[in-house]
Amino acid sequence: MATSATAKKTTRPATRSARPAPELIFGDLWEYDPSPETADPKLKARYELFIDGKFVPPAGGKYFDSINPGNEQKLAELALGGAADVDAACAAATRAFDTTWGRMPGRERAKYIYRLARLLQDRAREFAVAETMDNGKPIRETRDFDVPMAAAHFFYHAGWADKLEYLAPGRRVAPIGVVGQVIPWNFPLLMLSWKIAPALAAGNCVVIKPASNTPITAVKLAEIVQDAGLPPGVVNVVTGPGSTGGYLMAHPATAKIAFTGSTEVGKVIMRSVAGRGKRMTMELGGKAANIVFDDAPLDQAVEGIVNGIFFNQGQVCCAGSRLLVHEPVAEQVVAKLKTRLRVLRVGNPLDKNTDVGAIVSRDQLESIQGYLDSGVQEGAEMWQPPFRRPAKGFYLPPTIFTGVTQSHRIAREEIFGPVLSILTFRTIEEAVEKANNTAYGLSAGVWTDKGSRILKLSTELKAGVVWANTFNKFDPTSPFGGYKESGFGREGGRQGLLDYCRLT
Amino acid sequence: MSRLPVTKTPKPYVGGAFIRSESGRTFPIRDAAGEFFANIPQCTRKDLRNAVEAAAKAGPGWARRTAYNRGQILYRLGEMLEARRGEIIDTLMRFGAAKAAAAREVDATTDRLIYYAGWADKYEQVLGNVNPVAAPYFNFTVTEPMGVVGVIAPDTPALLGLVSLVAPVIVSGNTVVALASEATPYPAVLLGEMLATSDLPGGVVNLLTGFRKELVPTFATHAHLRAISAVATDEERQAIDLGAAESVKRVRFTAAGPDRAWLADAAQSLYAIRDFVEFKTTWHPIGA
Repeated sequence: MATSATAKKTTRPATRSARPAPELIFGDLWEYDPSPETADPKLKARYELFIDGKFVPPAGGKYFDSINPGNEQKLAELALGGAADVDAACAAATRAFDTTWGRMPGRERAKYIYRLARLLQDRAREFAVAETMDNGKPIRETRDFDVPMAAAHFFYHAGWADKLEYLAPGRRVAPIGVVGQVIPWNFPLLMLSWKIAPALAAGNCVVIKPASNTPITAVKLAEIVQDAGLPPGVVNVVTGPGSTGGYLMAHPATAKIAFTGSTEVGKVIMRSVAGRGKRMTMELGGKAANIVFDDAPLDQAVEGIVNGIFFNQGQVCCAGSRLLVHEPVAEQVVAKLKTRLRVLRVGNPLDKNTDVGAIVSRDQLESIQGYLDSGVQEGAEMWQPPFRRPAKGFYLPPTIFTGVTQSHRIAREEIFGPVLSILTFRTIEEAVEKANNTAYGLSAGVWTDKGSRILKLSTELKAGVVWANTFNKFDPTSPFGGYKESGFGREGGRQGLLDYCRLT
Repeated sequence: MSRLPVTKTPKPYVGGAFIRSESGRTFPIRDAAGEFFANIPQCTRKDLRNAVEAAAKAGPGWARRTAYNRGQILYRLGEMLEARRGEIIDTLMRFGAAKAAAAREVDATTDRLIYYAGWADKYEQVLGNVNPVAAPYFNFTVTEPMGVVGVIAPDTPALLGLVSLVAPVIVSGNTVVALASEATPYPAVLLGEMLATSDLPGGVVNLLTGFRKELVPTFATHAHLRAISAVATDEERQAIDLGAAESVKRVRFTAAGPDRAWLADAAQSLYAIRDFVEFKTTWHPIGA
């Protein structure tokens, strides 16, 4: 008995690594039957600016197109807002702050914000389809993540509006005033809700500039703001180019600014408001390490690696773009990963079975392509699964690089695309050292079976969010934000809400 | 014949040692009566960089101390001030303070240290929390120190202003490089002597004396300073903000104010600690 037990113990790891990873091979046994989402996104041919509770044409009279990156077709045209429009929006927001919203009891503000959550839930499918068409992300993600999570953010923050006295023990809090917000194209509606919900709950009024690639759901949300009966000027949406956002950030009326985007643009904004005493929240770039130890549940880890870097085509500031894998299991993990990537479905974002959709724009696709070239040039080994590129649209197959060193550009710079750089480590100290060897510090992942190791790594990793045996999880109650050049301030939870308040 | 007193050579406290400026430069200071008092080291950008290095080296050890231990060390610093109360009052008077005002400043400084010492093992319980996420994770948010923080102290009150900015930064495990009052640098030199006998590890607080014009720009741009806490003019604020943008540095300005504002309880706050911590959120799985 004893002998067989010992034998079992010693042979188990051997059989585990000797057995080839199970693989699903469909080949061309069946023809794929598309399964497109057919709900009506209810798009208009033209969207105006939303200022002072009304949809108004831009002062300059110009419009720009928003296209569907999945098929390169025009979706709608949007008002090209400029300085005069930002002035008008800031004036409306200031008026609303002074006359209605800033003076309203918290319990009344709460009910308005609850309405936003509910009305968004009512139109969830419509918003999911519109978001997928505008951004190119799979309908599975907009339907199951972006839109429900946006609604959840409104619902969570609504309840805070009349409980602010519990937010900062020992002090009373007050709203700051008019908040200027600029958001990116990777989670258009979700970022909008992350920005607007806490600002409104704290009693501030908002002027927000959505990304010019993905403005549609922001203006659609303005319809909900109108339907919810919010007083005019509390929420203003000004669509337009980056320069309009820059003007908004530096506008004298905005007492607080909140920006989500690249570290490069974040620094430009910080410089543009230097010495102005504005309060700021900066949610900038990242180059997260996803650390896999040899005792991790590897199949689960592979799913987590895929979710970490290929979720939203890797266009995520907290994406797990650097995989640090423990040497004893490195080969096995890479093999399993390749097997998994062969069955990831890349294609029409509106197809309910699509795992990886379209890159947001041609520019972004070219920028990612440039990183692929640099990775190859610098000596890393690139691997992509077999991939049939659709005739139209901006598509890129999930890509992994092995043999990456820390000095490679693909290991240092934020690629913002479906590109994973794989490095290895031998000891915990080496893993921590490599993970922290970056100017960024937004997020990190740890895969291990050992709870105490999770907590040790969580203590040593210089990152604002640490996911253990999971990745890319979000929740309105859970503060999100970075260390170092990934920005400052938090979004979500108590900590995020306090960043929208003034202590008195 | 009366005895000739032994005068002290003022040296700033950096990396746990009393240093002269690497440049060898000094500037003379006079007391309120206009008498020569001493030559003060005129620290340079190189001194600042050396001090940042010392602070970076001390950082991990200080941050790893238990909260209880950090609290006791800050309390011990308060004990050192109390023990030398008479000497500090005499010094402040020599630089122009009335006796009552000098006593008020010294007592308030000591009390401020005791106030922050008490927060050492409590701020985490008030600022951090568990988050009820809608998924099977134990999700919690805790604070962590930022690293090396630059402090630019007001000209007045020279001692209380400096300590009011330094104490909330170090209580959470940050280390500090501070620029003392340019107008009245000597109290900072005295403070250094008390830091050296307070069990505070060398390098946790590094005090520089010198000219704001020379040093503020380097404080602003030094990439290893993760944050700045400053009392600054409008012009300096702009320079600090511009420099901070280069490495996305956190900046907290405190308004210059009359002594009574610094003496008030309102000049000390949990939220001064909060401004120099990072929030880290961990998603820990729940399952068998």
